[in-house]
Amino acid sequence: MLAEHAKIVQMISLADEVNGRKKLQKMVYILKKMEFPFVEKYELHMYGPYSEELTLRIEELCEMGFLDETCTDKGSYVQYTYHATEDGLKFSETGDTPLASLAPCINKLNKQSSRFLELVSTLLYFDHLERSEQIEKVRIVKNKLNFSDEEMDTAFAFIAEMAACAVA
Amino acid sequence: MSYEHEKLAEEKVFKDPVHRYIHVRDRVIWDVIDTREFQRLRRIRQLGTTYLVFHGAEHSRFQHSLGVYEIVRRIIDSGFGGRPEWNEDERLVALCAALLHDLGHGPFSHAFEKVFDLDHEKFTQAILLGDTEVNAVLRRVSPEFPQRVADVVGKTYKDKLVISLISSQIDADRMDYLQRDAYYTGVQYGHFDMERILRVMRPAEEQVVIKSSGMHAVEDYIMSRYQMYWQVYFHPVSRSAEVILIKILHRAKALYKDGYAFQQDPAPFRSFFDKTITLEDYISLDEGVLFTYFQLWMKEQDPILSDLCRRFINRKLFQYAEFDPAKEYRKIGKLDSLFKEAGIDPEYYLVTDSSSDLPYDFYRPGEENERVPIYLQLPNGELSELSRSSDIVDAISGKRRTDHKIYFPEDILEAGQEDNPLYKEILQLVRG
Repeated sequence: MLAEHAKIVQMISLADEVNGRKKLQKMVYILKKMEFPFVEKYELHMYGPYSEELTLRIEELCEMGFLDETCTDKGSYVQYTYHATEDGLKFSETGDTPLASLAPCINKLNKQSSRFLELVSTLLYFDHLERSEQIEKVRIVKNKLNFSDEEMDTAFAFIAEMAACAVA
Repeated sequence: MSYEHEKLAEEKVFKDPVHRYIHVRDRVIWDVIDTREFQRLRRIRQLGTTYLVFHGAEHSRFQHSLGVYEIVRRIIDSGFGGRPEWNEDERLVALCAALLHDLGHGPFSHAFEKVFDLDHEKFTQAILLGDTEVNAVLRRVSPEFPQRVADVVGKTYKDKLVISLISSQIDADRMDYLQRDAYYTGVQYGHFDMERILRVMRPAEEQVVIKSSGMHAVEDYIMSRYQMYWQVYFHPVSRSAEVILIKILHRAKALYKDGYAFQQDPAPFRSFFDKTITLEDYISLDEGVLFTYFQLWMKEQDPILSDLCRRFINRKLFQYAEFDPAKEYRKIGKLDSLFKEAGIDPEYYLVTDSSSDLPYDFYRPGEENERVPIYLQLPNGELSELSRSSDIVDAISGKRRTDHKIYFPEDILEAGQEDNPLYKEILQLVRG
């Protein structure tokens, strides 16, 4: 009963604040891949894994007054920032208690840039493939972002770090 | 002549109520249509439970797939052909991907995927690449050809323009289903001038763009998406049927896990319950199998499974009530307790449903790099995101609308309210 909504509010409240819709999308995706119980369905879009279900859920939570969305004009685009409201915090208590490992994982994710999380989430989207094939797929899908070999290595190291954090 | 370029001796046509005719000249396309996996799509409805509200909505994914193929064929053969941005070598892969993009949909796809945590796109790719009749046809083009088609469907193909024909915010998939769903449901709002849109579509580096003079035709398409979403796809009665369908599958799975002795062995579902699904299991399942089991399960000893199946088969659906989570979210907890106290299992008989539970999307310009918007190509060659030029699109895409409902068995509660005061209390609470 609105348990999935409650999980999203919990997640954002644990992050304190999330800057950017893209970042939020990728954070939930990575947490889902780390076996945290998020159910939003993701598909690969031009810019990596994207969930329409999550977009709608965030809109609903803003409408309910459980999330606050602020909008900043960045010139060529608009950036949205999210945090849980007082009512949202009360509402989130109706959900299941989050796993203890969730907070440190969110903390690690929230410190990263959305570009980096885009790389990590796209690598994870292809995690059924060998490492070299994952990299090849990312280079095809994100040909314009020109991720360096070093960024790829850092992303793989981050995925390992997240996996360890998730089971801790 | 190679199989890739082989043409039929004469053009074949399928009569189609939406596009009038679907034209097939390529031997590969003709052979793919004849495969067992593609013919299976005849037995899967395009709109799932919507036929219980709009009785005409019996159309199948087979029809839709042919429609998407026909739109892409027209775009390529009449619009893109000869333009420098379009690579003619991509024609066959684009046509095959259009025809086969929904190959992996299961019966009542959305509900089925939700219960069994499946992804139809992954099954589409598995059918394209596995030991299947479709794969055998595609392999005759070249050993790499099935992978190329799978990459387009999976959106990892190197030529993004090909992907955008089938998967973007203005693509052949949406243009077919909006018109087809409007036609078969009988509603008036899904119609738009597709011929005009096809005429103003232009191939660009990585996506299809729209010549700015065609903006009004695209506005109509966006309005159509918006109205179909609220009037058809999110119809509360259709949602009630889907809620029951989901609960049937959950109940059957729970009983199986508990070792319940089914009167009829649920053989086609075993691997879905056990998460050991093979490609053959998946392909073998269609709506006919589900209906057969629902009929059989109506006679099961388990009162919940038999009741839910009876409701679905005989259209005795749950009633719904409006629900404002911002003010009433605590009501759900209270109702949950009352249901338990009254001996009605809330797990199966009390459901909240939100607009986010049905992720049919409507147009959003989105944050930069979140998803690709629709671009208008201005006379000076520059691109402009649609909502920046169109007040109508700006108004729709900038305004949020959400919806939440509670579904419950009003018939049981009304029939028993004289004998059980808890039933009356539940009815009063749920109706606000």
